[in-house]
Amino acid sequence: MIHWQLFERFGPRMADGFVVTLELALGSVALALLLSVPASLGRVFASKPVSAALFAYTYIFRGTPLLAQLFLIYYGSAQFQAALAAAGLWWLFRDPFFCSLLTFTLNTAAYQTEIFAGAIRAVPLGQIEAARAAAMPPMLAARRIIFPQAAAIALRPFGNELILMVKASALASVVTVYDLLATAKMAFQRTYDFQAYIAAAIVYVLTVEIIRRLWNALDKMLIRHKIAC
Amino acid sequence: MIQWGHELALGAAMTAGLALTTLPFGLALGFSAALAKDSKTAWLRGLGETYTTVFRGLPELLTLLLIYYGSQILSQNLADASGLPITVNVSPFTAGVIALSLVFGAYASEVLLAALRAVERGQIEAARSFGMSPALVFRRVVAPQMLRIALPGLGNNWLSLLKDTSLVSVIALNDLLRTTQVAVERTRRPFEFYAIACAIYLVMTALSTLAIARAEKAARRGWRQPV
Repeated sequence: MIHWQLFERFGPRMADGFVVTLELALGSVALALLLSVPASLGRVFASKPVSAALFAYTYIFRGTPLLAQLFLIYYGSAQFQAALAAAGLWWLFRDPFFCSLLTFTLNTAAYQTEIFAGAIRAVPLGQIEAARAAAMPPMLAARRIIFPQAAAIALRPFGNELILMVKASALASVVTVYDLLATAKMAFQRTYDFQAYIAAAIVYVLTVEIIRRLWNALDKMLIRHKIAC
Repeated sequence: MIQWGHELALGAAMTAGLALTTLPFGLALGFSAALAKDSKTAWLRGLGETYTTVFRGLPELLTLLLIYYGSQILSQNLADASGLPITVNVSPFTAGVIALSLVFGAYASEVLLAALRAVERGQIEAARSFGMSPALVFRRVVAPQMLRIALPGLGNNWLSLLKDTSLVSVIALNDLLRTTQVAVERTRRPFEFYAIACAIYLVMTALSTLAIARAEKAARRGWRQPV
């Protein structure tokens, strides 16, 4: 049933592709944290114009297809080749892996920003007032009262975002990044053996399922202090 | 750039048409899966859960390729086995509708299941004790409330669907993104054209958001927030 010759020939390459998939997904989600944490604070606490500008950013990236964003950055940057080369950045934008990572980071950062902003707003006001009444300086209140509670609220949607990025990373195959999907496609095009796609599908579904279960366990651990209603 | 306006409009129409064609199939699939997951029969529940796990776990692009090439191979094998001397071609549009319906249905089934369970049992029992038939209870009591509860979630599913249609450009269906690619190849102005494509998508999602908000308001009529 299983076509072993196919996997003897392409298995190692598909394994390399899987590593690239994980690099793209985990890399973009982790890098996006550097943007989304300050941006979410800006969304909630900054002045109107700053908050509105941040909303425009998240609205644009959440309202357009990721594939279109990827094409805009990867192919669009070629139009600014001279300027990018002058700035010493062209070698980065020429690289499909870098462009994919950049696009995915900007995209997931937009979703993360709204997730974190929502989580901060969901912390009960009484908690913040109590901290203030206890004369906590704002930074200390943020660190001890707001952030831990917001983090617990944001954990589940953040896990969903990680899963979405594992799946979304497959789009990098369209711009010639050799991720899991691209290596499966290569195996299929050379052999016309459909099992290449089936194998990739199984790996994706298992990866997503493992992350989902890990996240459920993590969530249970973090909310164990809460009394069940 | 202006002479491409017509082409881009056709592409945008294809994108909207693909999403709108997918919607009823996706909803039907999602509703069936929700009923399966809510069923008392173990194997039906298992089937529903497996369907959701698989199609929420697969990258949408891989689902599309699996359906596009898989259905081609499958139907060709069937044709060969039955001795018909024909070559089967599954159109990219059909493959797109099938793949996007499967994905939409998987996500929508979770939303619909939650909505189904959120309708109070007492209301159903009351309607039954009035002598309403189960079908009538569903139409008059369960469905309107499900709609109110499920609409925000289904609205999100619709926005994902609208954006996911861009994937069919990979199998050469002339949607908005594919048309833009053609324009870029001719004009060598990738930045402007992809920016325009993004802007058109943004208009479509913004209009959708407005329509969803209106629909939510309509579904909430006669509903008072519990104090």
